[in-house]
Amino acid sequence: MTPERHSYLDAPYGLKAWLLTKDHKRIAMLYLISITIFFALGGFFAAGIRLELLTPKGDLLTPDLYNKFFSMHGVIMVFFFLVPSIPATLGNFLMPIMVGAKDLAFPRINLISWYLYVIGGLIALTVLAMGGIDTGWTFYTPYSTIGSSTNVSLAIIGVFVAGFSSILTGFNFIVTVHRMRAPGMTWFRLPLFVWANYATSLVMILGTPVVAITLCMVAAERTLHLGIFDPKLGGDPVLFQHLFWFYSHPAVYIMILPGMGVMSELVAAMSRKQIFGYSFVAASSLAIAILGFLVWGHHLFVSSQSIYAGMVFSIITMLVAVPSAVKTFNWAATMYKGSVSWESPTYWVVGFMGLFLVGGLTGLFLASMGLDIHLHDTYFVVAHFHYIMVGGAIMAYMGGLHFWWPKMTGKLYNESLAKVSAILVFVGFNLTFGPQFIVGYLGMPRRYHTYPDEFQVWNVASTLGASILGMGYMLAFTYLVYSIFKGEAAPANPWGAKGLEWTTTSPPPTFNFDVDPVVDEPAYNYNPTGKGVHVG
Amino acid sequence: MSAGGPHPPTVLGSSAHGGLAVAGHGEGGHHPRQQHHFYTMGQQLEASILGMWVFLVTEVMFFGGMFMAYIVYRTWYPTAWAASSNQLNVIMGAINTGVLICSSLTMVLAVRSAQVGSRAGQIVNLILTMMFGSTFLVVKYFEYAEKFHHGLVPGPNFNPHHVLPDGTIEHIALPLGSQLYFSLYFMMTGIHALHMIIGIGIMLVMLRWAIKGRFTPDYYNPLEVSGLYWHFVDIVWIFLFPLLYLLGYNYRG
Amino acid sequence: MDLLYFFIVAVCAFFAVLVVALVVFFTLKYKRQSPNEVGADIHGSLALELLWTAIPFVLSLVMFGWGAELFFKLSRPPADSMEIVVVGKQWMWKVQHPEGVREINELHVPIGVNVRISLGSEDVIHDFFMPAFRVKMDAVPGKITTLWFQATLPGVYHIFCSQYCGTKHSGMVGQVFAMQPQDYAAWLAGGRANGTPVEMGHKLFADYQCATCHKEDRTGRGPSLVGVAGSAVQLADGRTVVADDNYLRESIVNSQSKVVSGFQPIMPTFQGQISEENLMQLIAYIKSLKPAASK
Repeated sequence: MTPERHSYLDAPYGLKAWLLTKDHKRIAMLYLISITIFFALGGFFAAGIRLELLTPKGDLLTPDLYNKFFSMHGVIMVFFFLVPSIPATLGNFLMPIMVGAKDLAFPRINLISWYLYVIGGLIALTVLAMGGIDTGWTFYTPYSTIGSSTNVSLAIIGVFVAGFSSILTGFNFIVTVHRMRAPGMTWFRLPLFVWANYATSLVMILGTPVVAITLCMVAAERTLHLGIFDPKLGGDPVLFQHLFWFYSHPAVYIMILPGMGVMSELVAAMSRKQIFGYSFVAASSLAIAILGFLVWGHHLFVSSQSIYAGMVFSIITMLVAVPSAVKTFNWAATMYKGSVSWESPTYWVVGFMGLFLVGGLTGLFLASMGLDIHLHDTYFVVAHFHYIMVGGAIMAYMGGLHFWWPKMTGKLYNESLAKVSAILVFVGFNLTFGPQFIVGYLGMPRRYHTYPDEFQVWNVASTLGASILGMGYMLAFTYLVYSIFKGEAAPANPWGAKGLEWTTTSPPPTFNFDVDPVVDEPAYNYNPTGKGVHVG
Repeated sequence: MSAGGPHPPTVLGSSAHGGLAVAGHGEGGHHPRQQHHFYTMGQQLEASILGMWVFLVTEVMFFGGMFMAYIVYRTWYPTAWAASSNQLNVIMGAINTGVLICSSLTMVLAVRSAQVGSRAGQIVNLILTMMFGSTFLVVKYFEYAEKFHHGLVPGPNFNPHHVLPDGTIEHIALPLGSQLYFSLYFMMTGIHALHMIIGIGIMLVMLRWAIKGRFTPDYYNPLEVSGLYWHFVDIVWIFLFPLLYLLGYNYRG
Repeated sequence: MDLLYFFIVAVCAFFAVLVVALVVFFTLKYKRQSPNEVGADIHGSLALELLWTAIPFVLSLVMFGWGAELFFKLSRPPADSMEIVVVGKQWMWKVQHPEGVREINELHVPIGVNVRISLGSEDVIHDFFMPAFRVKMDAVPGKITTLWFQATLPGVYHIFCSQYCGTKHSGMVGQVFAMQPQDYAAWLAGGRANGTPVEMGHKLFADYQCATCHKEDRTGRGPSLVGVAGSAVQLADGRTVVADDNYLRESIVNSQSKVVSGFQPIMPTFQGQISEENLMQLIAYIKSLKPAASK
């Protein structure tokens, strides 16, 4: 049996030790638990939406309740699941280890960020208990300021607090990457997961405060009558849209960049090969982060924004697609002449590549202004962003969870069930959102709970897909939780992968390394002499 | 995937022993304030300072949203902006500007006192900084009260007026857009004041630590980093003052 | 528009199939043979990176250019368009034809005629969407927006509100009836016409006493409005602006913002006193004030 050892999971022992921990790995696990709860809640609302949409009439939920369902689905999934997901769980766990440090730069602030997340979440649950909000997660004025009679201001406080949590995570990552790298770990030896989270953190710290103040303005208009967006006072409701999307567009890059970082790690590890074009992939993360700040107006093409502004936003949006394409080609090229293993993480990788590809490519339709006139605010948009956020980000998150599960928990999960889960998710996902492209092109608007009869067949297919998708996730949850209690003990390096995290035990000791690392080789150095790696 | 126990972790590269002598345990001991995950005090200091600068960038973006709204609406309603700015009390604003600049001076002197090891200097300057900050808030209170009395608070009670010595009410006609101005005025100065209050709270903690002798010439990170925050709050006011108070000088209504 | 759509579908399909095929092919061909095997020592290729940066870049510029051109065309209603006024309010569409006929949630139009819709909103942001004609535009309170289209085939087509606006957002739907010109004329004649927008605007012009200052013979304290719509106007601060719909609207609700050169800033502001619908009728009236050809 394994000799007695103290990993970060066993020592120190006790609930208080966990709730007052400064260990980034424990904080990552705390986040994992709380994020999963919110994912389930967001999924519940999604189920309600899809059930209602089985029939063209509004027969399951009242109009107001349906509006609350999609609003809560959006708020929870965006602010309480997707934005923190990879950075707060995998990022928190791996960033210090990957740079060769004992912890993040500011461990106590890391813990505070988790508590802020929890407080924000409790506020959101309170709003839910008080009836929820019905403004959509986008809070467009004037509806959110003068139209809605739900608890908008309290919801805004919840989002504000959760946003502050993500700012703290981002700022911790930035200082860690700048100041905590082990000797020999130069910038261009960093794993691409670190580059991706670094770029994400830049977006987090620059964008989140803007949505924070914008939502404060909405709350101020509701509670203090400071009518900044009120047309009767000369205000412009479209100004809200500009300020809101200035964050919320980069926010979608917060959601996908870490996923791309996970992909780079998994593709390299599963192919046992150096990532093709390392510096291009690293640079593309930064390019996406920077360009992502310059495209917000593509959400406003039909909002009365000027044609010329629209043109600028459209062309830059086209440009931001290019670095993503570059990454995709680089990943595919990495597999060329690799040693590719079809273990379970690969299923998630291949699934991601297919789905992210479709999602990213369908963005081109929307970036093209003339087409966007037709497609804006239809199900085409809903399908596009779900392909990226669920087909892309969540597949990457699941792939990363699986890949690093042995490292984080010290246990191995059931490989066959993992493959089944990946397939269920892939098939279910496509069936859910593929038809939505079609029904959107045919004209079905978003946020509708009743619709013309001719759209029903697509909606039924979509709901069927959603059930399969849900089953895939529930299966994953089941075998992953089971593995914690009954799984086989994991060796230090079950995949035979390169990376500092695989040089330490599974799970790692509290201070990550028994011996302080010194780095003298590039990342993904699978082939220094052509000899193999040591697995186990 | 072999079973039966983990293998000893391998360190990348050739040096298999502990690598560089990590300042931490043993030889010479480490500074009592050095945190466990840092190699040296220098690294800890650099991390703290970089951290505060990154945080201040987020604050710039936070205030930036309001400045953007200000820019847009001022471009559309220049007359309303000038006429409304005319209603503000420039004297009080100027006093506050002077007070904050002095508070930044005393803050710097507090950090300097720590650098040269003067505990008394730290205490005196921290107290002065807090006094200046509190003066700012008191003046702000009177300013806001004046706005309330003149009906300049946006919303259903927006009713700009003077009360003349003989008791009659003279209404002030402000152009469309003035309520937007005052909404931004209250939001911007209000959130700034909130940051001042938080700053004073931080100073209280710094004062307590200074009294306890926590800061020495080789460790005064919290003071330095709080100083950065304080200066930032001061600089925001330096922008707010001319943009809000000084527009109405040439306005003849 | 559909042509651009299918072009992009083709490009996307090509790349999607290419990448998926490559990935599937590579994962199968280079399947791991032994537990300790590693991949080949390949780091990258500048040539390939440039190639697969340049090609997507060029393709995306083509898509941008084509889409921008389309957008331009869709934003510029032809001069000969028939003008329809549509005002959205929670949760219905109020439509008014130039001849005065009004509809709720329905729009009758003749085929083969360019139709320009001036859109307003009385409360929150709505969006007037007609998928069959591939056009939509937000109706924003405080502004007038426009869209235009031409129906080519007679039939009944959907109208949807496509900007979430509250409880009955999904109920704010309607129908476009595209008819042969003679059928349209017949429908129009049978409709209850209680004042064209121009006539309603004229009445409002009198009710709000606009004529007191805006005299046609230019002796008034305000500028004459004859021929002003669409012309270049010189302002007191030296700027010259075009008197489009939004200028006319702003001049009524925020008259101090753009004072005409040579006139005093004494016009009262009508902010909050005139509904969006009435504002659009006033504007229709002002647009009808053309200089007489001969007197």
